[in-house]
Amino acid sequence: MPPTNTAPIIEINGINKSFGAFKVLNDLSFSVAPREKLALIGPSGSGKTTILRILMTLEGIDSGEIIVDGESLYQMQRNGKLQPADDTHLHKMREKIGMVFQLFNLFPHKCVLDNVTLAPMLTKGVARKDAERHAMELLDMVGLADKAKSMPSQLSGGQKQRVAIARALALKPKIMLFDEVTSALDPELVEEVLNVLWKLCRETDMTMLLVTHEMGFAHDFADRVLFFDRGRIVEDGKPDEIFRHPKQERTQAFLKKIIAAGHRV
Amino acid sequence: MGQWAGYLQLILDGAVVTIKLTLMGSALALVMAFLAGLGRLSHIAPVRWLATAYIEFFRGTSIFVQLFWAYFVLPLFGFTLTPLQAGVLALGLNVGAYAAEVVRGAIKSIGKEQYEACTALNFNRWQGLRHVILPQAFVLMLPTFGNNAIELLKASAVVSLISLSDMTFQAQVVRAQTGSTLFPFLTILILYFAIACVISFAIRGLERRLTRGLDGMRT
Repeated sequence: MPPTNTAPIIEINGINKSFGAFKVLNDLSFSVAPREKLALIGPSGSGKTTILRILMTLEGIDSGEIIVDGESLYQMQRNGKLQPADDTHLHKMREKIGMVFQLFNLFPHKCVLDNVTLAPMLTKGVARKDAERHAMELLDMVGLADKAKSMPSQLSGGQKQRVAIARALALKPKIMLFDEVTSALDPELVEEVLNVLWKLCRETDMTMLLVTHEMGFAHDFADRVLFFDRGRIVEDGKPDEIFRHPKQERTQAFLKKIIAAGHRV
Repeated sequence: MGQWAGYLQLILDGAVVTIKLTLMGSALALVMAFLAGLGRLSHIAPVRWLATAYIEFFRGTSIFVQLFWAYFVLPLFGFTLTPLQAGVLALGLNVGAYAAEVVRGAIKSIGKEQYEACTALNFNRWQGLRHVILPQAFVLMLPTFGNNAIELLKASAVVSLISLSDMTFQAQVVRAQTGSTLFPFLTILILYFAIACVISFAIRGLERRLTRGLDGMRT
């Protein structure tokens, strides 16, 4: 459950983002409490994935401000003045955040174990022995300890995604971003990935932001659900409120469409 | 028959020079290819300009002219090179310019998602390049590198023009001494082809080794 009365770990204040003439995020503001599990739902093109990509510094913002763990993500103090973040600042900020992608983005030329150990060894100077021990714990947690020496090409989509989750966890981020992590999977492989997310949700202190079309899972997983449409938050509330008693017409229409498409809510 | 054996020995001596040139030229070409190929992708504009200037200049002028510059003109500026040094320099710089575009193209062809994974895992630019992008791009470069090496082997015949006694030079010597064109030129035809085949096989072997496990078929 989200703790109350603590400073938010993520604060998003009035950010705008356009791709060409298309306005993806429109004066968007929200904040996330430490340890909160947040589900971001909404039609495609509504900006929910862009939010995650901006938090991971894969996209910049046009205007507005983002505070992560007390520090501005895209700006830094230098000589008493706020300036655009440099590589060192971004490097420091990225240490707090991990991301799992829709298409896994594993390194195809490295075995499962090396996929997981590479980042801690390179970015934190962890010794190979320690990195491998930690990686094996993580692979065990996602149920793939026996695949440590396999190449990604030998795994199913669900297995790949579980490796990708272990890889992101290896850096021990405070915040984890999950970008439609089951959307590219065959239906019978979705559950094994959701089970891992479920385990993380219950067993860790991480703040988690989940962009998903799995409404049933979002309902059970999240402390809070944000419904996005056209770059704005249309509705923000507890899962039961959003899924059972949506107030906004657009939320109702979206959920109706999703249910018609056969998703469980 | 004994007479031909002596001439064959001459040509084989030339083959050693040709192989030396090819190996050393290829080594220089490889270094230049990565320097210029990565240079063209640099975030620093002058580095990009320098790399582009190098590539365009050495692709755009003839290897023959470059070789004559290296051997006959550089001494006028105080740089005297042996024929072998001049040959390696001209061949390496010339073929390196072509191969630089191969390096650049291969790196550019690695999907955006790999770069994004590098950012998400907090690699700096060099770490991502070194551990994620280049190992995958190198496999893609290999077949064209093989072509480049074979091109270099064949282009190495121009060094006979600066009196380096490579295989082609020796064939001309034999032809002058015996009056036979068939024997020396058939011999070097076969030898060039044989060396090219060795390059081909070596590259293919390397490619197989490096792609093992990449697509799940070749494990």
